[in-house]
Amino acid sequence: MNQWKMLTLVGADQPGIVAQVTHVLFHQGWALGETSMLRLGGNFTIMMMVSGAESNEQLIEVMQPVAYRLNLHMHVDEISGGLHQHALPNYQIQVVGADRVGIVAQVTALLSEVDFNILELTSDVAGTDDEPIYIMTIQGHSCADLEVLEELLSTLDKDVDVTVKPIEIMFG
Amino acid sequence: MAIRAIIKVPDERLKQLSEPVEQFDEALRAFIDELEETRLSGPGAVGIAAPQVGHFQRIVIVDVSNMRKPVANHGYMILVNPEITHWEGFELGREGCLSVPDYTGNVIRAEQIRLTAQDQWGERHEYEMSGFEARAIQHEVDHLDGITFLDRLVSRRTDLFQRKVYQKKSNKSGEKKSK
Repeated sequence: MNQWKMLTLVGADQPGIVAQVTHVLFHQGWALGETSMLRLGGNFTIMMMVSGAESNEQLIEVMQPVAYRLNLHMHVDEISGGLHQHALPNYQIQVVGADRVGIVAQVTALLSEVDFNILELTSDVAGTDDEPIYIMTIQGHSCADLEVLEELLSTLDKDVDVTVKPIEIMFG
Repeated sequence: MAIRAIIKVPDERLKQLSEPVEQFDEALRAFIDELEETRLSGPGAVGIAAPQVGHFQRIVIVDVSNMRKPVANHGYMILVNPEITHWEGFELGREGCLSVPDYTGNVIRAEQIRLTAQDQWGERHEYEMSGFEARAIQHEVDHLDGITFLDRLVSRRTDLFQRKVYQKKSNKSGEKKSK
């Protein structure tokens, strides 16, 4: 198995980015692993695990034309790790409040006190320019009891609404 | 007794419809023993359906009595020809499947169900259940109709805190359709 690389591409969103990027990868013999592709603030952001026989430099070389054409910033790193290393969350936390500086820092500082391992965090700013709303969803794992987490998060400023819900995965 | 091989996605046989059991004989009971042995050999599965081992009869086993955090349960259930007769409420929850290793996803299921099923001797029973156990039953009964939880996935990013108003809206689309 070839070493996995992390290929990052970011640029102004437009139709066809995924198709053109993956077309080049496919035809140059690169395989995809897990990926994250989403729009952030009008940009399209791509992070994908890619695997192939060639070097970082060769990957950059084959991607350069398409990145240039689509005006995407590109970055490639060798990474350790690989597929089938999913970790399962046992808690989901949702935070909603009027947007202000420091919400993520305050929430995650509290979570780190109980060794809460964040597996996925998505956040968005909704509302309007005048009255922005911050909405954040965190999935992760902690050995702490639900009551402990709730107690901990209850110390947050009252301008944010926090809900903690255990995730009990049903395997059938 | 033997542990059976689990059929995994994308094997087309997982889409096959299972047939009702008509003979309640020793062969059926021997198969059920093997099905249970197979369930227990896997990684923490609370249920298994016969088609998951390539046996296309309407048989499932569910047992949620050994959860780390205990949930309401009816103990070890052998359900032959199970039929869900009533659905109520909707809940989003995370599921995984022996036939889809290394993947979990969110699925909307009825919160409470009533069902009838026969046991390994052909005797008919009625059950009423909710929450985690009801989820497990719905997941397994789906297998009998050729449906895996991948067919019912909602976004992994969808939060688990949907308010009542959204849950009501989803009533119709979440309702199980007979196939």
